[in-house]
Amino acid sequence: MEKILQVKDLELSFNTFAGEVKAIRGVNFDLYKGETLAIVGESGSGKSVTTKSIMRLLPEHSAEFKNGEILFGGRDLTRLTDKEMQKIRGKEIAMIFQDPMTSLNPTMPIGRQLTEPLLKHQKISKAEAKKVAIDLLRLVGMPKPELRMKQYPHQFSGGQRQRIVIAISLACNPQILIADEPTTALDVTIQAQILELMKDLQKKIDTSIIFITHDLGVVANVADRVAVMYGGKIVEIGTVDEIFYNPQHPYTWGLLSSMPSLDAEDAKLYAIPGTPPDLLSPPKGDAFALRSEYALQIDMEQNPPFFKVSDSHYAATWLLHPDAPRVEPPATVIERMKKFPGSRYYEGSRV
Amino acid sequence: MARYIGKRLIYMLITLALIATFTFFLMKILPGSPIASADKLSPEQRAVVEARYGLDKPLPVQYFDYMLGLAQGDLGISINQFKGANVTDVIISRMGPSAQIGFQGMVLGTVIGVLLGMIAALRQNTWIDYSSTLVAIVGISIPSFVFASLLQYYFALQLEWFPVALWKDGFMSSVLPSIALAMFPLATAARFIRTEMIEVLGSDYITLARAKGASGSEIAFKHAFRNALIPLITVLGPMAVGILTGSLVVEQIFAIPGIGEQFVKSIMVSDFSVIMGTTIFFSVFLIVVILIVDILYGIIDPRIRLSGGKS
Ligand SMILES: Nc1ncnc2c1ncn2[C@@H]1O[C@H](COP(=O)(O)OP(=O)(O)O)[C@@H](O)[C@H]1O
Ligand SMILES: [Mg+2]
Repeated sequence: MEKILQVKDLELSFNTFAGEVKAIRGVNFDLYKGETLAIVGESGSGKSVTTKSIMRLLPEHSAEFKNGEILFGGRDLTRLTDKEMQKIRGKEIAMIFQDPMTSLNPTMPIGRQLTEPLLKHQKISKAEAKKVAIDLLRLVGMPKPELRMKQYPHQFSGGQRQRIVIAISLACNPQILIADEPTTALDVTIQAQILELMKDLQKKIDTSIIFITHDLGVVANVADRVAVMYGGKIVEIGTVDEIFYNPQHPYTWGLLSSMPSLDAEDAKLYAIPGTPPDLLSPPKGDAFALRSEYALQIDMEQNPPFFKVSDSHYAATWLLHPDAPRVEPPATVIERMKKFPGSRYYEGSRV
Repeated sequence: MARYIGKRLIYMLITLALIATFTFFLMKILPGSPIASADKLSPEQRAVVEARYGLDKPLPVQYFDYMLGLAQGDLGISINQFKGANVTDVIISRMGPSAQIGFQGMVLGTVIGVLLGMIAALRQNTWIDYSSTLVAIVGISIPSFVFASLLQYYFALQLEWFPVALWKDGFMSSVLPSIALAMFPLATAARFIRTEMIEVLGSDYITLARAKGASGSEIAFKHAFRNALIPLITVLGPMAVGILTGSLVVEQIFAIPGIGEQFVKSIMVSDFSVIMGTTIFFSVFLIVVILIVDILYGIIDPRIRLSGGKS
């Protein structure tokens, strides 16, 4: 499969009054053509910063690339000027944000907000742009699109606004669509509709999607691969099945255990103890060690490298080191692993 | 909307009636008499004069007469300042110069203030930002009479670019007073726009606009400016107050035959009817400004426009 985006050893800090906030501490991942990569993790783990750094939308006066590169179309995005980035934003890489209530300009008719990227990036007339915009609105399931072009954001519901934002993002057929928690601010039924819409659209227009969420339930629904982020790093990456049914990192175990499941008899929810690491002075070893009951001595001293689980599955935990003691994952996770051929708990054809 | 405005008009009338009543009784309490050299007149002469202006009637009757006249747009007769002239006519004849310097000052101050505030927000925490803040602080804290005197001294007396005073050289006469009046709206607008602009620039829809590939100037002018400008309408009211109070002294300093100058004089000679007439005129002006501000707000902001009144 063709790699369209490669993030390599990315390190990024914010220079603040309190000191250097090491928000991204060595992130590596590839994005393949046509796939949906989910990035999951608690809030504050660096999901938004990672994707905003790809779009170069972080405040220039405080955000600083410390290391690494972001390769896209043969160019390193971390080195482009703002002018060069403007040609990429909205055209080749587009973005959807969390809160549709505040994502649209309140004093501009939505028609103009839709045609803006078209007029900016494509050589078309205003009339043509308007036509395309109406088609886009229809594509995202907006009834009577012609009539709604002149309306303002406050005349739409939250779900409709997110549809409009999606339409804007798709205006120029971007190669990459970054969706930063696009359904978090919506209520559950609308959430499902928007997810359905995104899945539909992806089939139609063949973009790669980076889908950020803190909700693993959503991930299973939309993603091909999953990257689990913690404390400014990716701690585990693999296909959806690998992450859900053969997770290796204790943090992933925690996330899976805290996920509400419909068929669970007891409704008790597990919560990962403790708080995320302080990125002003991140811990020396595995950032999750202090919250993990599976932490080894070495976790406190040395940062674990990625261990290969399969060609597509990597996890950064010392537990995968050949010399590590064998530990039992939580019971709920073992239950999952029993269904995964290749996991050490596999019980045969029960999938 | 029509109903809303109708309701507002009724409130305005009530407010005016209260202001008129208050001013009327305040005038009666204050010491001083409009009848010049009152102590030199014999009691008989004095009675004649008082009778001519209705000052001999009992207070409630005087009040009732005044309010009745007011309802018909009659502000009474000047007792000593303009010797028997109709106060309404006096105010109208004095309006021209005041309106001109007020309007010029307001436009000049607002435009420069908005520009200053915009630049400060776009160049946040640079020397440009700091100097614009300094200008704003100076503009708000230096009283207009100090500023007017300084302008008069340097640009009229020293450099002789403009006439020192009096209203004799048309536009040239209006330049310095307008600048003096512009300081308050300038400072207000600059501070206000800076804050609004910084907030707007940090909002989600600006990030989305950037994510669409908009350039720096498109962000500033197409997306941020209008949103930052809308709330400026809410400070138009205070600005108008600033212009009004400013014009009282500024007209005095530049000897401009405007309402402010006439108002100050009428106070000095205790010309009751002129003082009251001018106070009521100023009140009407302010109340109308506030109404216009509210209506404008509804017209310019689409969120308010369609949902009717202010939410
Ligand atoms: N502009 C900023 N200045 C300083 N710190 C920031 C800034 N933006 C984000 N951070 C910090 O970076 C870390 C990652 O944030 P973010 O990527 O938004 O997390 P999330 O995974 O919830 O999207 C957080 O600790 C946050 O406080
Ligand atoms: Mg986030």
